[in-house]
Amino acid sequence: MGDLEVHALRGVNMEIHKSDFVAIMGKSGSGKSTFMNIAGCLDVPTKGEYMLDGVDVGKLNKDQLAHLRNKKIGFVFQSFNLLSRTSALENVELPLMYNSNISSKEMKERSIRALESVGLAERSHHLPSQLSGGEQQRVAIARALVNNPVVILADEPTGNLDTRTSVEVMSIFQKLNTQGITVIIVTHEPDIAAYTNRNITFRDGRIQKDFIVEKPRNAAAELLTIPVLTEEETI
Amino acid sequence: MKLKNLLRAALRSLGKNKMRTFLTMLGIIIGVASVIAMLAIGQGSKESIQKQIANLGTNLLTVYPSASMTAGVRMEAGSSVKLTMDDYKAVASRCPAVLYSTPTVRTSGQLIASGQNWRTTVWGVYPDYFDIRNLAIEKGAAFTLNDDRTASKVCVIGQTVNKYLFGEGQDPAGKIIRINKIPFQVIGLIAPKGQNAWGQDQDDIVIAPFNTVQVRMMTVTYIQSIMLSATSEKAIPIATDEVTQVLKERHRLGPSEDADFTIRSQADISSAATATSSILTALLASIASISLLVGGIGIMNIMLVSVTERTREIGIRMGVGARGRDVLLQFLIEALMISLIGGLLGAGLGILASGVIASLMSWPVTITLQSIILSFLFSTAIGIFFGWYPARKAASLNPIDALRYE
Repeated sequence: MGDLEVHALRGVNMEIHKSDFVAIMGKSGSGKSTFMNIAGCLDVPTKGEYMLDGVDVGKLNKDQLAHLRNKKIGFVFQSFNLLSRTSALENVELPLMYNSNISSKEMKERSIRALESVGLAERSHHLPSQLSGGEQQRVAIARALVNNPVVILADEPTGNLDTRTSVEVMSIFQKLNTQGITVIIVTHEPDIAAYTNRNITFRDGRIQKDFIVEKPRNAAAELLTIPVLTEEETI
Repeated sequence: MKLKNLLRAALRSLGKNKMRTFLTMLGIIIGVASVIAMLAIGQGSKESIQKQIANLGTNLLTVYPSASMTAGVRMEAGSSVKLTMDDYKAVASRCPAVLYSTPTVRTSGQLIASGQNWRTTVWGVYPDYFDIRNLAIEKGAAFTLNDDRTASKVCVIGQTVNKYLFGEGQDPAGKIIRINKIPFQVIGLIAPKGQNAWGQDQDDIVIAPFNTVQVRMMTVTYIQSIMLSATSEKAIPIATDEVTQVLKERHRLGPSEDADFTIRSQADISSAATATSSILTALLASIASISLLVGGIGIMNIMLVSVTERTREIGIRMGVGARGRDVLLQFLIEALMISLIGGLLGAGLGILASGVIASLMSWPVTITLQSIILSFLFSTAIGIFFGWYPARKAASLNPIDALRYE
């Protein structure tokens, strides 16, 4: 009796280009989480190669992976994963704290700029508990942005949000993508995937479908047509 | 992560659980405070013993006849071993390492003066005795060798005797006291000397010329002891050897035979007393360090709980680029901060407690800088030692699992 080797991903061969906006879809157990872990340099493939921005990730050790995450990747999670009892600004500063080349003045400036780009500059001193779900996710996006990553990886970023807030978040991703940032989101909602430019569907560890979305939905335009449900959520 | 940010992060997470942080710290505070207080008590008593022994006299040596007698020729004659005036004269004249010397006799005396009476020890000595014992005369004057030669009935008295016979602060010089019915003229008052290392009142004393006490009061021919002072502290062993040689020769004892007298030096008494006090200090301090150790285990316990509680946070930090050693440092610094701040507060409390002990129980207490530095270093070491394992545990978490931890 030995450990059973499970191949969560098999024969996956794909390229994601700069400025792509990709949705990864699939049922649970389809291998999309493993794909995201490898893409996010949290894990390395047992076999095969993963090249990120010219770096062969498979050959790196734990510290080098951490360095790479710090420099090239921004994470957004379904459950926001902000540090509680820590202000929005300081949450956004967190990735820069692990970059010793940045002065605290620059750290603050860049964090405020990142918060501005998600429309939360005036809430920078609020604690996560004082923010709505949508606002918390926007803080998380600002945190993912602050280190100027080559790719933002979002794992079910709208999973805990209502429809309007989901569209809001997608509009931010679309805006960032038009600025040239590569975005990969994992979702199981086709509605959400429709805002991206490319949909990849996993099934049993293999790519089942991979197609370009001909006419992506425009989140910013739709946002104007969705009625505002609650007063607090829009400040 | 930069040190400044690390410190800030550590302070913040300690501040999130103020009560818990304080209780954890309390273990270290009590530990450090008790180590400092115990060392202060130990050091204080050691110093006070040393002071009291130095107070006995400078480079003091005392020669007693031995209490035990070995089988030998001199036993048959039925003569008990005594020191004689000739022994004293030989010691005084033939030992170059001896500076001052005096034969002594002492007897107890019932003193009567101005309607009061008091019982105390009356010493018969040469004036050298005042130099050997560092006795100063506060009022009046000491007697002279001439008083001894004529066996004059004069004496100097201690503060306690003066207090009970004439009243505190009175000048007794010129007054007459009757000691065992013999009238003596008081010619001087000895400056206060306080208690000695055994709690004996050194001011409860009457000192009279040797001949007066030996011949007029006791009517004996022997002397009870010889007190002498060596020329210097270094000369104490030399003086001991010289006195031993002279007395053995006079008592017709070979160099290999046991001496029939004992020489006790102030250094002997002092080292025995300070050794006892050192053992006591070590004992007290080791009991106190156990509480410091228990405090350290408290830190480890809380840090382990904290690592488990903050698994998510560790995952987030690792996700955004924290390396294992960044996480390790963060938790280690938190543990260190608890022990360092605890150490500081403990040092303050220890100093305060020592002061309270000193004033409430009137124990001699000395706080040394070394004891503060020592317990501070000890508490830091405990912070690192007990913080290491939880920090190591945090650093070795897998970011994927940590991020998913509920």
